[in-house]
Parts: sequence; C-alpha cells; structure tokens
Amino acid sequence: MKLRHKLLIIDDEPQIRRLIHAALARADYESVEASNAREAMERLREERPDITLLDLGLPDRDGLELVPLIKKESDTTLIVVSARDMTDEKVAALDLGADDYLTKPFDTDELLARVRVALRNRVSREGGTARVQAGDVSIDFMAHIVTKNGREVHLTPKEYGVLEQLAKFPGRIITHKQIMDHVWPHEHEHHVEYLRVLIRTLRQKLEDDPQRPRLIGNELGIGYRLRLEPEGE
Amino acid sequence: MSDQHRPDPEAFLRQAAREGRGRLKVFLGAAPGVGKTYEMLAEGRQRREAGIDVVIGIVETHGRRETEAMVQGLEVVPRRIVAHQSHALAEMDIDAILARHPALVLVDELAHSNAPGSRHPKRYQDVQELLAAGIDVYSTVNIQHIESLNDVVASFTRVRVRETVPDSVLEEAEIEVIDIPPDELIERLKEGKVYIPEEASRALTHFFSKSNLTALRELALRRAAQAVDAQMLDYVRAHALAGSFAAGERVVVAVSELPQSAGLVRAAKRLADALRAPWTAVHIETPRTQGFSEEERQRLAETLALAARLGAETASIPAAGVAEGLRSFTADMRATQLVIGKSTRSWWFELRHGSVVDRLIRDIGNVAVHVLPGEERPVSGGAGQRSRGAWGQPLDYVWAMLMVAATTLAGRLLLQLIDLSNISLLYLVPVMVAAASYGLRAGLATGVASSLAYNFFFLPPTGTLTVNNPENVISILVFLGVAVVTSQFAARMHAQTALAQASARQNATLAGFSRQLTASASPEEMRHAICAEVARLFDVRAVLLVPSALGPQLRAAYPPEDRLDEIERAAARWAMEHDEPAGRGSSTLTASDWLFHPVRGKAGVIAVIGLAREDAGEPVRSDQVPLLMSLLNQAAIALERVALEEEMMEAGQIRERDRLRSALLSSVSHDLRTPLTTILSTTRELRTGYSPELAETLDAEAQRLNRFIANLLDMARVEAGALPLRMEATDLFDAVASAVHDTRPALAGRAVEVEIPPDIPLVRVDATLLHHCLINLLDNAGRYGDPDTPVTVRAVRRPDAIDLSVIDQGPGIPPGEEKRVFDTFTRLEGSDRAKTGTGLGLAIVKAFAEAMGLAVEARGMTDPPGACFTLSIPRPLILTDLSDEDLP
Repeated sequence: MKLRHKLLIIDDEPQIRRLIHAALARADYESVEASNAREAMERLREERPDITLLDLGLPDRDGLELVPLIKKESDTTLIVVSARDMTDEKVAALDLGADDYLTKPFDTDELLARVRVALRNRVSREGGTARVQAGDVSIDFMAHIVTKNGREVHLTPKEYGVLEQLAKFPGRIITHKQIMDHVWPHEHEHHVEYLRVLIRTLRQKLEDDPQRPRLIGNELGIGYRLRLEPEGE
Repeated sequence: MSDQHRPDPEAFLRQAAREGRGRLKVFLGAAPGVGKTYEMLAEGRQRREAGIDVVIGIVETHGRRETEAMVQGLEVVPRRIVAHQSHALAEMDIDAILARHPALVLVDELAHSNAPGSRHPKRYQDVQELLAAGIDVYSTVNIQHIESLNDVVASFTRVRVRETVPDSVLEEAEIEVIDIPPDELIERLKEGKVYIPEEASRALTHFFSKSNLTALRELALRRAAQAVDAQMLDYVRAHALAGSFAAGERVVVAVSELPQSAGLVRAAKRLADALRAPWTAVHIETPRTQGFSEEERQRLAETLALAARLGAETASIPAAGVAEGLRSFTADMRATQLVIGKSTRSWWFELRHGSVVDRLIRDIGNVAVHVLPGEERPVSGGAGQRSRGAWGQPLDYVWAMLMVAATTLAGRLLLQLIDLSNISLLYLVPVMVAAASYGLRAGLATGVASSLAYNFFFLPPTGTLTVNNPENVISILVFLGVAVVTSQFAARMHAQTALAQASARQNATLAGFSRQLTASASPEEMRHAICAEVARLFDVRAVLLVPSALGPQLRAAYPPEDRLDEIERAAARWAMEHDEPAGRGSSTLTASDWLFHPVRGKAGVIAVIGLAREDAGEPVRSDQVPLLMSLLNQAAIALERVALEEEMMEAGQIRERDRLRSALLSSVSHDLRTPLTTILSTTRELRTGYSPELAETLDAEAQRLNRFIANLLDMARVEAGALPLRMEATDLFDAVASAVHDTRPALAGRAVEVEIPPDIPLVRVDATLLHHCLINLLDNAGRYGDPDTPVTVRAVRRPDAIDLSVIDQGPGIPPGEEKRVFDTFTRLEGSDRAKTGTGLGLAIVKAFAEAMGLAVEARGMTDPPGACFTLSIPRPLILTDLSDEDLP
C-alpha cells in the first residue's frame, strides 16, 4: 500500500498554483492550495500537510512572518518558493525555521527533487538512521566513521562536525550559522572564513576533484548542502 | 517718445512690495498738543463702526479726559511689562498683536524708544514688523522727530530730540497733518491741555513760542506735501504716465570724522529727496585717517550709519588725498551732485595743505558742488589727541641726540683733515636722518641741537654759544630748512607707503579670500571656507546659516562646535527675512552676542553670516565694516557660482540619465520581445505536437529572458545606489563552480577550463556580486567566443593581488575599445558582434566589481586570439595564511 503524501501550496498567483499542482500530480502527490495567509493557516490546521510550499509575497501578510507561525502550528516541512533573491532574505527564512529555499523562476524537476529530499528527511527523522550514503561516501553516525569507496577517511573532529551537520539533513541547505553553532558552540562571533577552510579540507579528502566539488554544494552567501546524488556536469 | 512711457521698474517694484503689506497712516503734528492721538482714535472708531477689526496697540492718553473717552469701546491689547533697573516699563506687546492679528492697530508715538532688551530698540521697527505681517497701522509723530528735519528743527528751537524716525518710514505712509493755528495751540497750552514731561518743561516753554510753532507748522505741511509728491511720482512712474523727471541724478556726500558731517548727511538726504535721486555717503581714507582717535572713528562710523539709515549707500575709499579720492569716486559713480562741508580748519592749515574745496571745484568735472557750512563747532579734544602722534616717541629724540653727539665726535677727529666750514656739512647727516626717520619735530630738534653743537664745539670761540659771524646764522637756518624739507618729503613718502600697504593688504585679503573660495568644489566646503576665512580675518567666531522651509539652518561654523541659542536664532531669522544686519552692533535684537549679516545674491538673501567675539565685544570694528561687506559680496558671488555649477551638473546628470533611459527602453523592447516572440511561437508549435527540439528552444529562450531581467534588476540596484555589501570570506572554487553551474545553458556545451591553484587563499568579497560578475563574464564569453572553443577561468596569484580572468577565443576586443566595453549599452560594432545582448552585462560587472573594491580590465589576446576579462582582487581583500591548523 502506497501512502500518498500531501502538500500545501501557498501562493497568490493561480498560474503558479496550477503549475505546481500539475507537477505534483505527475509525481503522484496530493496537493491542497491557499492563496493568502489566513487561508494558509486554516488549511494547515485542517489538512496537516507533510510539506508546505510557501510564497513570501502574499497579499495579506509578509511570508517571512508566516515562517515561524507555520513551524509552530504544525510539524510540516517548509520549503520557501519565492521570487525574492536577496541573500539576506533567504538566510532569514532558513534561520527562522524554513527547511529549504527555492528561487523563482525554478524548473519543476528541481522542485520535485527538493520535495523528494524533504520527504526522505522526514522519514529518516521519524525512523532515525545510523548511516548516510552520498555517492561513494558513507557516513556512520554511531561509529563516527567516514569512508570513501570503502576506505576510511581520517577527519579531524571539526571536519567531522561540519559533515555531520550536512549529513543529518542531506540534500537540504544548512546555513552557515546552523553549522557554526554546532561546530563552534562557544564562539559568539562566527567567522565564515574558518568554515570555508574546513569545507576546503573536507572536499580535498572526500571529493574526486576538489576543484570541481560535487558532493558538498555551496549556496551563495547562505550555506552548504550535501548532495546525495552528486550531479554531473 | 516711447521711452518716456516705459514704467520705471523700481517704482513698480516698490508698489508691488506694498501688496500684501499693511498700510501705514501717520498723523503728523507740528508740536505736542495739536491732537494727533485724539484724531487717530477718532478715525479708529470710525473704522470700527465701518466693521473693521480695530485694536489699540498702545496709546498714551496722558490723562486727558477727551482722549480717554475716545479709548472707551476700542479693544486694547494689554501691554507687556519689562523690568528695567528696578523700574517696570509697560511696552507695546508686539507678539500679542501679531497673534491677535487685527485688521488695523493704533500705535501712538512712532518715535518712541523701547525699553532695553526689547526685540527692537525703536517702536517704528515694531511697526515695520506689524506692516510686514499685513496689519494696517495708524500712528502719530511730531515733525521734530523726523530724522532729516532733526537739525533744522534744532537750529531754531534749540531743542534737540534724540528719538527720531527715519524718513524712509514716512515715505511709504499716508500722512495726515493735524493742523491747528499756533495761537490756538498756545491757548491750549495755557489751559493745561498739553502734556509736557516735567523735566523738560522749561525748555519747552521756549519751544512753544509763536515763531517756533509757525516754523514747525510750515515744516510739517511741507513734509506732508513732499510725501504726497513722492507717492504721486511713484504712481506716475509705475504707470508710465507721461511726465518729465530729472533722470540719472546721483548725489554724493563727503563725510569726515568731524561732528558737522551728520548735518551734511541730512542735507544730502533732502537734496536727494528733492531730486528723486539715489545718493551715496563716502568717506575718503587718507593717510591722516590712520591717526584718528577712537572717538573720531566712532563718530565717523555713526555718520555713515546715519546715512545708511536715511537710505544712502555708504562707501570708504582709500586715496592719497581727499580731493583726489572724491574726484575719482564721483567720476566712478557718475555723480551729478556733490555735497561737501565748508572747511572749519584754520587758514594756516589750508595754507599748508591747500583747501580741499578750492581744489575740488577747480578739478572736478561735470558735477555741481554744494558747499555747506558746518553747523557745530568741532570738538577741541580730537585735534590735541591727534597731534601727539606727530611729536613721536621720546626714544626718537634720544637717538637723534646720540647721532648729533657722534657727529660732533667725528668732527673733532676730522678737524685735522678738513676745513672748519665743511664740518657743518657733516651735521646735515643727523638732521636728514632724524627728519626722515622720526618726523618733522624730531628733525627740527636735531637741527637746533646740531647748530648748537657746531657753535659750541667748533665755532670760535669754542666752548661758548656766541655767534660772531653772520655765516653761522645762515648755517643754523640751513639746518632748520633741511630738517623741514626732508621731513616733509619723508612724511609724504611714509604716508603713501602706509596707504599703499593698507590697500595692498586689503587687496591681498580679498584675493586670498577668493582664492580660498575657488579652491572649494562643493557648496558645503565653500560654506566652511567662508566661515574659516571670516573667523581668521576678523578674529571672531563665525557661523553660516542658509534659508530653509524651517527657518535659518546652521550649515557651517568655525570653530565647528558652535550651536546657536534662541535669541541668536531670532536675530539670524530677522537678518534673513529683512535683508538687514541684526544682533550685536546693529539696530535689531542687540541683546544677542552675535552679529548677523545677510549675504545677498541676485535673487535675495542666500545666506546669513554670524560673527561673535570670544570676549563678547563688538564683533566688527567700524573701520572693518567695508572689508566685511566686500568679503560678503565675494562670498555671495562664489556661493552662487557653486550653486549654479551644481545645477548644471545636475542637468548634465539628468541628460545622461535620459540618454540611458531611452537606450534602456529601446534595448528592453528589442531584447524582451525577441525571446518572447520565440517562446510564443514555440508554444503554439508545441500544441500541434511535442518535439524535444522545440522544448529545448523554449527552455533556452526562457533562460535568456530570465538572465536579461536579472541584469535589468541588478542595474536598477546599482543606479539606485541600493547595493548593500555583504563582504565575507569566499572560496574562489565555490564562486567559480556555482557561476559555471548557472551558465551552463548559455555556454551551450562549451568546455569550461578552470585553472585555479589548489592553495589559492580565501578572498573577502560579496559572494552574490562576484557571482553576478562571473556569470556575466561567462555569458559574454559564451556569446562572443567562437563556437566549439573552450572558455578558460584562471586565477593567478600576484604579489599584491589575485587576478581572476575569464578568457574566450574569438574576435577579441579592438585596440582602443578596452575601456568602452564596460559602458552601459555599448555593443562593439563589427560584423559578427551584432549578437543579442543588452549591453548591460559588462557594465554590471564593472559596477559590481568596483563596489567591492575590485579592479576590472579587458584586453585583447593574440595567441590564440580572443578576449580576456580580469577581476583583480587587491591584497587587503585576500585572507592569507589561514590554514586548518589555526582554527579555533
């Protein structure tokens, strides 16, 4: 028996809602729609969606304000889908609790990939996993062992800390702040340059070609993402 | 003929200025007691009955019952009580009247002086302010209080009143003469109906003689007739009614430090009034002027101030002599009438210096010269004080005597070699030196001493002062003559040098000032330069305020930390609104420590400069006022010039913006429509049947559209100046990788070769801006590179920078065009260059790169041919020596 996942589409543009609805239907997901913040909160309570796609430009309320409200109201996975492309807003949405961010214009394949990642993370969060496999790299959370092509890779504790944060939610953007809060919990002022250095050494140890990283993806000014299926050129 | 009918613009302006301003009616009386106040109240009541909103500002009834009865039923604005040296003075409350804002206010005694600490020292200034607020005013004044008649009245009544009203106040007023025959007035006086202040009663008894009253009455009637004349003339001129006027008349009055100059000024005013001519009071600064005592200086300043108050322009002109100065000044001003005072100097002075009047009349061209008698005896103190200067220092005499002694010694030694008679020639040396260096009196004293010494030490019988030879008498006379002549020459040269130095100093000051001003490029800088220079030159604190909707705004100050309090603000506002000086040393708001001078531009007051002395003294000495005026004139010209330049620059910017806008519009209409056309027709095709090629086209065109819109947005952000920088540590691998990732569609399958050394340091940039730079460069390379050639991204570490280059293989960039490619909407001409693109991409690269502090450069490559675009990341943005071992 297959469980149909339910998604809530919050967007004031009917064309966008129709497009996303069609794409989700093609991938056999069920979807409900809301065109403003008030409706969105009602649907959220009534329908208990697994994933919520939120447009930030709503007629009755700023979408950014809605992010913490939605997270408080339900345990839905929140993906922000917005035409706002300023880095600050993306970081704000993620730090406020959004699970992912997609910039308009997007293509529907990208959207579906993000939805798949989100659903897998929900499953792993519920069931709990001891191991994550990303390409030829495997991370064992219990034993703190990282292997590449079956051979153990030696990582410093800090390097492991970074990788662990990324691997906990593979495929999802983890902001600089989220990583650094974990790796340097006692530093009040975060230095992105330290993180950049760690990422570079991690890549040198894990990537096939460190000059063209595929495993650890960079999101400009926002954070990093561990790719489960490293993309080709 | 038509010339005669042209309206006189000044007359028209005067009429226009009156619009919106209240009207002033003055009840003019020949003497106290004629019933001015009664008449004013009577007319006020009439107006009230006619429904006009009439209030009493201030009325002195002096306890007269008829007058008091007239006050009944009229609203009286309560007086303001001013405490002054344990007295309580009740003054008119001008603020209350302004707040009440009636249509008509009755203000008694126009010539009244307000209590110290009031806003204006004089009541007529209060009235001016009421008029300016659009309130009509009725007021009263007696003829002896009118400024220009003050002397005349004093000359026959022998009573001089201190409280005067400038004629200009009456010029805009409607005048009603309250006239009763002198006999009737004397009768009223006897009946006790005339109020006389007790302390003045004795003087006034003489004042009220029949002959005096008749003369006063005649004066009042004549003054009223004159006012009617003037107003009639204004009307005629403004409306260009045919009539003939004495055109082009200009009166110049020469004033000196002598007390009778004030009388000359008043006479010149009457003459100018009669001729309807503009007039100027001039003081000629001669070498003699330098020796003025403080009292003389003060009197001169007062005379010039009086002239200004009476409506004259004033000037101080340096010249070697009074006659020369006046001659050139009248020529410069194209004066037609010159008023000078009859010399009160002794015949001896004139014999030596020549009579100014005689020389003037002889030399001056087409000018009518009015020589008026002095009206008062000069004060004797001044001359005595001045002559002390000519006596010189006691030390001078000591030196002179030492020279005589030295000459005597030398003569004794030389006596063996030269003849006795030639010894006397030796004594000419100390005489000439003393006369040239220390002046006439020292020279004469040396002459006497020399002849005595010659007589005593050399002439036989030596050791005695007997003269037994007429030759010796002659030698004494020669010594004295030489002393006189030499000292005269030397003194003249001294004086001329001093004058030339003074005038050179003043010119140098002005030149330095204007040099300072030309050096400043922005109005802000210039305002500071003006303040700093004025502060330096006058040794004062200086502030500069400019007009704004919220009143005067402090824009520059020297020293910079100055802030103004309430009274200063009020004075600055006054100076700005009334185009007159205000504050300390002026006639308005004198309680302020600061003196504010308006800076007049072509279109009115453009700024106000405030000056204050650290010790709270008078900010500007009277003899410095002309220099200050010249500086302010220069400042005004300079400020206007900068304002004009700024306007022109703004206009230039607007033109450039317009050019960009039209280029943008044409670009938008072309570059948006082309992909949209493809998209529309492709979707139509797709309806008939799906094909992967069509979908590919659709995707590519949509991407192009997206790229283009992103660029437009970026450019809009750059131009709006809304480019918040988020400089953070960035790994060039990440930057290049994500740029390459995002431009894959545009590169159309071209290989991208990334050549970055593995140990390249992190750099501190705005990741988003760098990303946009790189995708535009890659996009550009994809568009202009030859098909199937690779694009290279190369990072090279140089000692002081990291060069990040995007290199394509293609036609490259023509020499000389390397800079122009970064201009907005530039697309290089050339056969295969006419490809789609907005011409925005490289402009965005440049704008973003420069915003982050990176340098951009484009150059053509030869082997293989192509274009190379380089972003140089300078050393400060490179995070060197950061390795994983250092991490906390």
